[in-house]
Amino acid sequence: MTTLNNRIDRRFAKLRSEGRKALVTYIVAGDGGLENTVDLMHQLVASGSDLIELGVPFSDPMAEGPVIQKGHERALEHKASLRKCMALIEEFRTKDTETPVILMGYANPIEKMGAEVFADALQAAGGDGALTVDLPAEEAVPLNELLKARDLRNIFLLTPTTSDARIAEITELASGFVYYVSLKGVTGAGHLDLDSVHENLMRIRRYTDLPLCVGFGIKDGASAKAVSADGDGAVVGSVLVSAVGESADGAAAKDRLGAIVSEMRSALDS
Amino acid sequence: MSKPSSPVDFGAYPDARGHFGEFGGRFVSETLISALDELQEMYERLKNDPEFQSAFDYDLAHYVGRPSPLYLAERLTEAAGGARIWLKREDLNHTGAHKVNNTVGQALLAKHSGKSRVIAETGAGQHGVATATVAARLGLKCAVYMGAEDVKRQSPNVYRMKLLGAEVIPVESGSKTLKDAMNEAMRDWVTNVDDTFYIIGTVAGPHPYPQLVRDFNSIIGREARRQSLEQFGQLPDALVACVGGGSNAIGLFHPFLADESVKMYGVEAGGDGVETGRHAAPLNDGVPGVLHGNRTYLMEDDDGQIIETHSVSAGLDYPGVGPEHAWLRDIGRVEYVAANDDEALAAFRQLTRTEGILPALESSHAVAYALKLAATMGADQNIVVNLSGRGDKDIFTVAAIDGIEV
Repeated sequence: MTTLNNRIDRRFAKLRSEGRKALVTYIVAGDGGLENTVDLMHQLVASGSDLIELGVPFSDPMAEGPVIQKGHERALEHKASLRKCMALIEEFRTKDTETPVILMGYANPIEKMGAEVFADALQAAGGDGALTVDLPAEEAVPLNELLKARDLRNIFLLTPTTSDARIAEITELASGFVYYVSLKGVTGAGHLDLDSVHENLMRIRRYTDLPLCVGFGIKDGASAKAVSADGDGAVVGSVLVSAVGESADGAAAKDRLGAIVSEMRSALDS
Repeated sequence: MSKPSSPVDFGAYPDARGHFGEFGGRFVSETLISALDELQEMYERLKNDPEFQSAFDYDLAHYVGRPSPLYLAERLTEAAGGARIWLKREDLNHTGAHKVNNTVGQALLAKHSGKSRVIAETGAGQHGVATATVAARLGLKCAVYMGAEDVKRQSPNVYRMKLLGAEVIPVESGSKTLKDAMNEAMRDWVTNVDDTFYIIGTVAGPHPYPQLVRDFNSIIGREARRQSLEQFGQLPDALVACVGGGSNAIGLFHPFLADESVKMYGVEAGGDGVETGRHAAPLNDGVPGVLHGNRTYLMEDDDGQIIETHSVSAGLDYPGVGPEHAWLRDIGRVEYVAANDDEALAAFRQLTRTEGILPALESSHAVAYALKLAATMGADQNIVVNLSGRGDKDIFTVAAIDGIEV
């Protein structure tokens, strides 16, 4: 096998060779306390997560449902920021050199830091890619070039409303994997339609060989398994953020995340 | 008359992708792109369609009550001691503000789209009322998102919306004001995009909203230009309008942009004073960033988090501004200044007492700056001030400041 320079690419190659589906897990950096975030990330991996999406808190998270909005608000109370996310990744890397970490967030903190500074910092910290929710293909080209030049991946969203022409345009820019948003709505919504997921994954597959992961509306092992049947993995966020929010302290959050992720892992592997 | 040619072709903006220079654009989640494409396509088709235009003109004349007068405020002029001050009386429109120009236009688009439900965000409640009004007229379901703080501050408008049949949804997230109402309206739209038309109330948001809201409000400037020539035989020397998101200002300014002799002043909310940091004046004291679907000047902290704004006027209490204003600022075509809370309140009282016109606190910011500006100009010069709304909704706020219970 050729050498793959990016952990995301390596991880999906490995999963494919093993015939397994990816479990992508999302938590908000600083939610539950900045001092606990790295521990929670290790717990996600120990319980069976293959990739981590670390949410960068933003004051105006337009695409999030109430659960993840509250996660952002809690994280901001703990003074989390994009800069601190870089430090968290760096700390995570001292013990885990192989699990891919993607920063998922909104454009403005990156604009403030400066796109080039952001790309440099992400590379230096040991991050592997970025997903910027409000940076659709037409606005993403400059950041995309900067990430590409550093062998970092740029994850794009595709949705039930994305036209074929746009799928072609977006998959041209996309790298790492493609994140298919399973429904029209915000994160954590409850109206998952498996027929539509199937149909759309088949439609996207005509345009790209990148791994396809499905997110939004995935609540447990059964839904994770169902959405990843035609794709390469499932992304889970709201149930994890909700668990962190309901936990009294870092240790309790760790236990709850562990239990949820383990259940999903076994469902995906069954 | 103005010089024949201008180096900037203002009519060519935004470009095909919604950019005004580096500002504007479409910074939204992928789910909304197809809805925005659909809206843009429909708008491109209808804006030059004579039937659509005549329906819009008919509604403006017979429902809104246009043209609004251009009124020479003689006693205010005398008090200022300089240029003549003319008021463009948008406060006399149906529902009491310029906002209805836009909602009438977007309601026609909603009708063409075949969608059965409209949603809106509102700060002071004027846009919410204007949306609920057109929804009632067309028999469309209507939901208005309003920050929980603003629901408390603007109870008369909340009740007006309810009387009109709209559902008013208080928004409890974030700072519980206009910006959060806009986030929530976007979330609703993403979820209900098949049957819902989002009527944005200002010249912000993703393309094509800044363009179409501007176009619908440009009736203000087209009338003012014609009325100026008719009533004082020349173009105004200066235009003054308040700027929150900036829809009344762009509506007045846009038809004059190529007239180089016409100076323009956008007046932001200075709150406690721009130097205190407690204000809502991103063009005076902000930096470019991305919020609510467009790149523009924003009020934010060192980490790029949007910060709370302060203004006595709920309608100007917004941390961003329309992208066209950001561009007009940077190319130097419009000068953006600020009026503080106390200056706006003084202007509110002065206009009420000298002319018998009770202005909205938003518009009072424009009046406050116009008074200062007029004093520096000659008696043969003319200033047109956009009196964007009436102040009845604000009497409770002013009474509270006076320590009076109404």
